[in-house]
Amino acid sequence: MALDPKAEAALALHRFGFGPRPGAIAGLAGDPRGALIAELDRAGAGRLDSPDLLSSAIAARTALQFQQAQRAARRAERARREANAGNPPGDMKAEEQTPPPAARPPGPAVPQQIYLDEAKARIHAALGAEIGFAERLVWFWSNHFCVSADKGGVRPICGAYEREAIRRNVLGRFGDMLLAAESHPAMLIYLDNARSIGPDSFAGLRQKRGLNENLAREILELHTLGVRSVYTQEDVTNFANVITGWTVIGFRQDPMRAGEFVFNPNMHQPAAQTVVGKHYPDKGMEQGRAVLAALARHPATARHVCTKLARHFVADEPAPALVERLTKRFLDTQGDLKEMAKTLVTSPEAWMAPSAKLKRPGEWIIGSFRAVGVTPPEIGPVMQAHNLLGEPIWRPSAPKGFPDESAPWLDGLAQRLDIANQLARRVGEQVNVREVFEETLGPLASADTRQAIARAESRQQALALLFMAPEFQRR
Amino acid sequence: MIMSLHAPSRRELLLASGTLFAWAYLPKIARAEGRDPRFLVIVLRGALDGLAAVAPVSDPDWIALRGDKAITLEGKTPALPLDSFFALNAAMPNLSRMYKAGAATIVHATATPYRERSHFDGQDVLESGLGRPGAIDTGWLNRALAALQPDGRARGGREAFAVGPIAPLVVRGPAPVLSWTPRRLPATSEDTLSRLLDLYRHTDPVLSRALEERIGLVTIARAGGMDEQQPRAPGANQVRAYFADSAGTAAKFLARSDGPRVGALAFDGWDTHADEGVIAGRLANLLGALDGALAAIETSMQEAWRETVVAVVTEFGRTARINGTDGTDHGTATVTFLVGGALNGGRVVADWPGLKPNRLHEGRDLKPTTDLRAVLKGVLRDHLRVDESTLASKVFPDSAAVKPMPGLLRQA
Repeated sequence: MALDPKAEAALALHRFGFGPRPGAIAGLAGDPRGALIAELDRAGAGRLDSPDLLSSAIAARTALQFQQAQRAARRAERARREANAGNPPGDMKAEEQTPPPAARPPGPAVPQQIYLDEAKARIHAALGAEIGFAERLVWFWSNHFCVSADKGGVRPICGAYEREAIRRNVLGRFGDMLLAAESHPAMLIYLDNARSIGPDSFAGLRQKRGLNENLAREILELHTLGVRSVYTQEDVTNFANVITGWTVIGFRQDPMRAGEFVFNPNMHQPAAQTVVGKHYPDKGMEQGRAVLAALARHPATARHVCTKLARHFVADEPAPALVERLTKRFLDTQGDLKEMAKTLVTSPEAWMAPSAKLKRPGEWIIGSFRAVGVTPPEIGPVMQAHNLLGEPIWRPSAPKGFPDESAPWLDGLAQRLDIANQLARRVGEQVNVREVFEETLGPLASADTRQAIARAESRQQALALLFMAPEFQRR
Repeated sequence: MIMSLHAPSRRELLLASGTLFAWAYLPKIARAEGRDPRFLVIVLRGALDGLAAVAPVSDPDWIALRGDKAITLEGKTPALPLDSFFALNAAMPNLSRMYKAGAATIVHATATPYRERSHFDGQDVLESGLGRPGAIDTGWLNRALAALQPDGRARGGREAFAVGPIAPLVVRGPAPVLSWTPRRLPATSEDTLSRLLDLYRHTDPVLSRALEERIGLVTIARAGGMDEQQPRAPGANQVRAYFADSAGTAAKFLARSDGPRVGALAFDGWDTHADEGVIAGRLANLLGALDGALAAIETSMQEAWRETVVAVVTEFGRTARINGTDGTDHGTATVTFLVGGALNGGRVVADWPGLKPNRLHEGRDLKPTTDLRAVLKGVLRDHLRVDESTLASKVFPDSAAVKPMPGLLRQA
């Protein structure tokens, strides 16, 4: 199917970016592939640096200090109640002696506030991107290596995790991203490796606690080789032993360095291991690095992540030729993620696939705001919309992350209509619907869609229909 | 719904949807006369079927035109008589009561100068006050206010109340606007839902099925394997509550001694192309909700009701005849309601064009015989004391030929 230049530009924006902003289609119409690649070549592409955002270590310590203070306040309150228990009510003397502690200032707790600040920065980066290809890649890889804010201790650092492990490597090498992700405190806490202890290690011999296979299994199953591929249960156990000692410094251990990654040799299983056919002598942390490096180079990993990338951007069942080309490029470039992204957008299959994929909720929400050129004044309703549509930010229900296929998201279609209606009511008066239509869907819209929007009884209704049109839902 | 009669709190302010003007611009001349007039404009988006709201029951061609969709004085749901010629849809008992009390004037066969049939363009003309659609960002109500001398009570900094992104075009412009955004917006209308389903059915069966399943459409199995899917009963109560809440809150504000004096609201849902439900159904529900909104205004205005005019306007009317799907398509002339204790009411004002085929506009629509601008000019001149030359140049530009309709207001 040959597309005219404007239709191709619109497709580029919807499929590989966060959807058109006013003027974007015309801007890309000459060379959409070139524009997509140029966005990746821009200095700082994919990064999100703001002096207001905390590093993972500082965020963790800020949250831990807050929790310490909360606990201390609760203890003091208990003590005060017990001290006052013997005195009759209204005994001013007793009240004066042990006044109630100062209440915590109103507003979200510190970990939640850090999480909200990070989510806001992420949403604004997506709203402000010219095309949003680099941001979409960040979202993709962040979901591939997902953590969840709902696991204790992760909430204040999940945003920093994305910036430190994912964004820094999103146009770099897969192997570097893999190492950065698996050694990040957020991942080590989320998949329990921080507590995993080699049975024959110094700590293992002293304590009853031992190995936890969770992270090792998910690295093999989800992050690298892929489920039912080339590894066995023995590989999982051996790999789990390899990465014992990859942990996070606790508050009691060292309040000044709490929340930072550390390799703790006292927890590490002191033994050579065999993982997926390769022998690794025990060299402390180097042993784990070596396994990750080998996994990053493995052909099964290449095929797994390339299939997923094509599935996310192009089609639930991507063309085999596209997956082949991506896989070959991955192996030829030692997992150069920028080269993969370029290969994706220069492959004919990536443009020929019909627009059948349902946009993920976040993509669709961001795309709706971009279409009308509005930046939401508050982050709350945007977060709420993500929650309602089943894609709460940095809170997937399982380590597999949010699904890349369309089908699971169909369930939320009625909720999308409600959100489309709300947004249209808030901004419909302010926008020229005909222009918004031409600037976002014009070159892609069917005659039916065009007519339905033109015949709407009000601007608000027209806008709601535009947000819900098949051409705006799918890409 | 229980309406409490106190000055609206900030929370209530956030509850409703609409726009009022900030204090700085008050009708000074009217106040000098010892009056304190209030004016509220309600825009019905989607084009109200004027013949279904106020029917010419004594027109000999009426029944032939609408058949069993014609409202009449007989039958199970008899219309409410207004005079010897017109009757009001039975869904509007409060308006009937106000009319009998002299607090409502109905002007029929009205239209803006717009003669095409696009909603957006029609709404632009209705709200901008200009003769034709185009790039406009101010509305006639705002320009009317801006033309009035600021009252002595004007205070610096009140303009800060001009917040919120949803002011209807009719109130946008140079005069500072106090608008508020509802905390709870109305749910998606049945009409929007059915339009979307219609689009999906024609273009995307997967989305169509997903949406139908999720909204719990009731499948009515018919004999012979014919399945017909009917949308769930419309959220008529929701619409009713929303209309009454919005209008009542606006009125509480206008009623305050230190509140704004002019405001505007927009209600949508009037584009009744199919299954119009004139007697029982969609339009009857909407008219009932509008009736409730008018009653809420009356109640909330309290003493100020006798100094109040509410104008209910819409972008154009609908076809005189019923179409092939038991609805009506975009038309031309329609009805305009004026409601409020300041009116010299209890009358239907109409230069009735008749309903014979050769009397219809382009052979299909009620012919416009009264320019809506004449009605609005009459209110603005006699109620708010906007002078006639301003009305003809600034408020409704190039409209000197359209004279203000006299005698709409009660003599003070």
